[in-house]
Amino acid sequence: MITNLGGFKMSQHKQIRIALNNCGVIDPENIKEYIARDGYVALGKCLTEMKPQDVINEIKESGLRGRGGGGFPTGLKWEIASKNHADQKYVVCNADEGDPGAFMDRSILEGDPHAVLEAMAICGYSMGATKGLVYIRAEYPLAIKRLKVAIEQAREYGLLGKKLFETDFDFDIELRYGAGAFVCGEETSLIHSMEGLRGEPTIKPPYPAEKGYLGKPTNVNNVETYANIPIILRKGASWFNKIGTEKSKGTKVFALAGKVKNVGLVEVPMGTTLREVIYEIGGGIENDKKFKAVQTGGPSGGCLTEKHLDTPIDFDNLLAAGSMMGSGGMIVMDEDNCMVSVAKFYLDFTVEESCGKCSPCRIGNKRLYELLDRITQGKGELSDLQRLRNMSLVIKDTSLCGLGQTSPNPVLSTLDNFYDEYLAHVTDKKCPSGECKDLMTYFVIEENCVGCTACARVCPVGAITGEKKEVHYINPEICIKCGACEERCKFDAIIVK
Amino acid sequence: MNKVKLTIDDKQIEVEKGTTIYKAAKQLEIEIPVLCYMNLEGLNIENKPGGCRICVVEVEGRNNLAPSCSTEVWDGMVVHTHTMRVINARRTVMEFILSDHPKDCLTCAKSGNCDLQNMAVKLGIREIPGQEYAEMSKYKTDFSPSIIRELDKCIMCRRCEMMCNDFQTVGALSAFHRGFQAAVGPAFEMDIEDSPCTYCGQCVAVCPTGALTEKDHTRDVINALSDPTKKVIVQTAPAVRAALGEEFGMEPGTLVTGKMVSALRRLGFDYVFDTDFAADLTIMEEGTELLDRLTKFLAGDKKVKLPILTSCCPAWVSFFEHNFPEMKDIPSTARSPQQMFGAIAKTYFADKISTKREDLVVVSIMPCLAKKYEAQRDEFKVNGNPDVDFSISTRELAHLIKEANLDLNKLPDEDFDKPLGESSGAAVIFGTTGGVIEAAVRTAYELHTGIKLDKLDFEQLRGFEAIRKATVDFDGTPINIGIAHGLGNARKLLEEIKAGKSEFHAIEIMSCPGGCIGGGGQPTHHGDSSILKARAKAIYAEDAGKPIRKSHENPYIIKLYEEFLGKPMSEKAHHLLHTCYFDKSRKIEID
Repeated sequence: MITNLGGFKMSQHKQIRIALNNCGVIDPENIKEYIARDGYVALGKCLTEMKPQDVINEIKESGLRGRGGGGFPTGLKWEIASKNHADQKYVVCNADEGDPGAFMDRSILEGDPHAVLEAMAICGYSMGATKGLVYIRAEYPLAIKRLKVAIEQAREYGLLGKKLFETDFDFDIELRYGAGAFVCGEETSLIHSMEGLRGEPTIKPPYPAEKGYLGKPTNVNNVETYANIPIILRKGASWFNKIGTEKSKGTKVFALAGKVKNVGLVEVPMGTTLREVIYEIGGGIENDKKFKAVQTGGPSGGCLTEKHLDTPIDFDNLLAAGSMMGSGGMIVMDEDNCMVSVAKFYLDFTVEESCGKCSPCRIGNKRLYELLDRITQGKGELSDLQRLRNMSLVIKDTSLCGLGQTSPNPVLSTLDNFYDEYLAHVTDKKCPSGECKDLMTYFVIEENCVGCTACARVCPVGAITGEKKEVHYINPEICIKCGACEERCKFDAIIVK
Repeated sequence: MNKVKLTIDDKQIEVEKGTTIYKAAKQLEIEIPVLCYMNLEGLNIENKPGGCRICVVEVEGRNNLAPSCSTEVWDGMVVHTHTMRVINARRTVMEFILSDHPKDCLTCAKSGNCDLQNMAVKLGIREIPGQEYAEMSKYKTDFSPSIIRELDKCIMCRRCEMMCNDFQTVGALSAFHRGFQAAVGPAFEMDIEDSPCTYCGQCVAVCPTGALTEKDHTRDVINALSDPTKKVIVQTAPAVRAALGEEFGMEPGTLVTGKMVSALRRLGFDYVFDTDFAADLTIMEEGTELLDRLTKFLAGDKKVKLPILTSCCPAWVSFFEHNFPEMKDIPSTARSPQQMFGAIAKTYFADKISTKREDLVVVSIMPCLAKKYEAQRDEFKVNGNPDVDFSISTRELAHLIKEANLDLNKLPDEDFDKPLGESSGAAVIFGTTGGVIEAAVRTAYELHTGIKLDKLDFEQLRGFEAIRKATVDFDGTPINIGIAHGLGNARKLLEEIKAGKSEFHAIEIMSCPGGCIGGGGQPTHHGDSSILKARAKAIYAEDAGKPIRKSHENPYIIKLYEEFLGKPMSEKAHHLLHTCYFDKSRKIEID
């Protein structure tokens, strides 16, 4: 259970479990346990008591917005797909979770697969689709296994297949595997990948709701979005829309990670502040160091600072603050983190994951990375900061899909919030947090050095010289900044600056 | 309501729903720079991946910039095409593209004719910030008999991929790798020679940079021409004369036959001949083959293979060898005009001038890159000596002429040499789609019916439609003719034949859009299909002005049969003028 994750006692306080309702509570490989927790009641209710438009209205009224990152109103999305007529339509579940450190969707699929299947069938009923596809990354073997088991069991119980609940509604679900490309989380790329084509985006419109999988109207939602559906239909839109803020209803699951005491999944109502999540649920910063920043929204998001800590988390507030909800990554940084390196880390990820279709993302991100790399090596110049900003803005302005349109966010938000730190790198050639090795120098404090020679003996490159019982000297030209000498010295005679 | 009103740069316009911003702006004579975008109007070839992002514009109410090539207009849209935000974005994106592009313009085959170079000038790029530490994407250079791929110069416009997959359905090219390392090439980064590539050269024809170029043979030609022990003769394909002038600033569609002959003679060729002569010969052989099959078919022979397919186009030959090997006995066995010429030159003509085969060098000027590959196929060699030694493209010839300081504009008109320089109008129209079959009909009709044709222009066989169908009345016998240009269109006809649903007796197939006039070796059309149409018009004009317009009336052809070959399809003709095809289908083995 989430209250006892990995030995940590995570505070239940402030948390509400909707998407994670059954996770850790039921045996995900036993459909009976899901049914015992009112599973498939919502599907039955929809098929026997509600018209497709009623279902859409209920979801619209609930105010549920897509949990994959964009925050598009789910009910509206379903409605658009329902109004596009075709001989075949598709319901797709985006389970291509790829943000570094994020595992919300995986936990849901591993812990409560039937909730997603039920929701997909409901979506199919509402839009007139009889086929569902789960696009899941092949790196999630347990989730795949549990989905397979769940699909089999649902078929056995007549909850997938022909004539569900003795109505004329047929619905079945198949799995499609992704090969681990981050860009395939973007819906047009995902659809191309499922079609057996290269996983790269195409321009919208046409939206998948008009021309999606195999050219047919297709609704794509993410795992967590679907996980909210059955409970909304069971408890009613008016129950759900009381939770959260005015424009963001319900809860959001975050993968809390980084320098906090308690890491793991948390599910909080929209409107909870970052401070509450980090300090009350996360238990504060590791080793009680100073909080520096929190990165939300994964590689597409931005770094928020102390001044944002009391911002209530919802789609619009995070966007206004220069970050985004994204799929729910939340990485906390303390005073030891260099923000230039943080930006570089994320850029490294996007450079790797860009599909290469459009020039700003393919080449621009690489150039951003190179410039950041130079800055962390002390080779940056003041004018580079202006270039960094211009390149970032142009990449955002001109990239084809969401990946490139957001990839410079880590750079822009750190430039905005930690400009001094960039300045220190380019003008003083110093890394204030001491993370950039190239900008560090190891010194011997003469008055502390007793000449024990321990440092010289441990140095792997022979950078330290000095006679026994005399003050030693570290040659900065040879030193590789491995830190072995500092660690070995018992007299605090070696420091790094 | 199928019209939408919008405003572009403060000008109002009403356009059809579904129009893109780029096309709407064009109607207002507002030029938005485009790089990856290419539209060959009238040929149904449009490349708009929206990848380069040079054509971005500002749309009011939209957060980011919109690619004008692929963004459709909506009612009330307000567009600004050249704001400072847009100009900055275009420049920055261009700097990105150039930062990953080699700067060897001095020796690049595309220099002076490069869309990327032109765009750099247009956008005022003077330096590339950070170039000194910018990593460049590197790939091995891939050599083949026809095409050279230098992917370091690939800008991912995807035009080649679109031509290869969508238009030609050859499927040799696709994007590989991702991100910074992404480029376009055969699967698993195999060499183009190991792929199903037909060397049609359409990838080269549309490549905006020097990433895809022809294998250059001009050096070989220079060496041959400077060797006093060699007799060097040249043949020129019909489509060349309708396009060469473009390289010298002439209007598209200017015929330069006489000036071209003049230039070739000044370059030092001992004899300047015409591939058109061999085209007439092709008609004699292929036409006879067609009549032979037809006569048998009409007499009730069920085993005879119909429709007969033309075989002049080497890319098309490769295409069916790769994709339809089970049908390799359907096409005519007649060699292409280039190869017929080579075979006759190195036998009949070599004897006439008492020169040994090894001392005779045959150069061909072709609008085509597949001809380079064809010339080195083993079946067209005698003891390792090829019938055609070097095949160079129209572009390569233009380079040679310029290099020799010859101004094509000012050269006098001269005539081809005899005997292999005489040709009929029927041979000239080989250069455009529908021409081969029209030439064949002119001859086959008269040979079959014994009646002289009053009217030689078969308008129903002409045009640019992808697939054309026509029925020609052979004095009471209706003959159904099909024409396709583009291998994707050819594939459709082949699938019909395979399914036993083909109604045709004869089909002409050309690989390139518009036929040879749109070949991969022609001056770059830069996406302007009106150039192709002008070339076709010029070809028909040359035909109309010819005193002899039917292949079987070419006196030198008649003489060749009398003196040397006997009659069409004779044993000697079979030996020299016909060929056979091979199964080149790929068996993919997965270990």
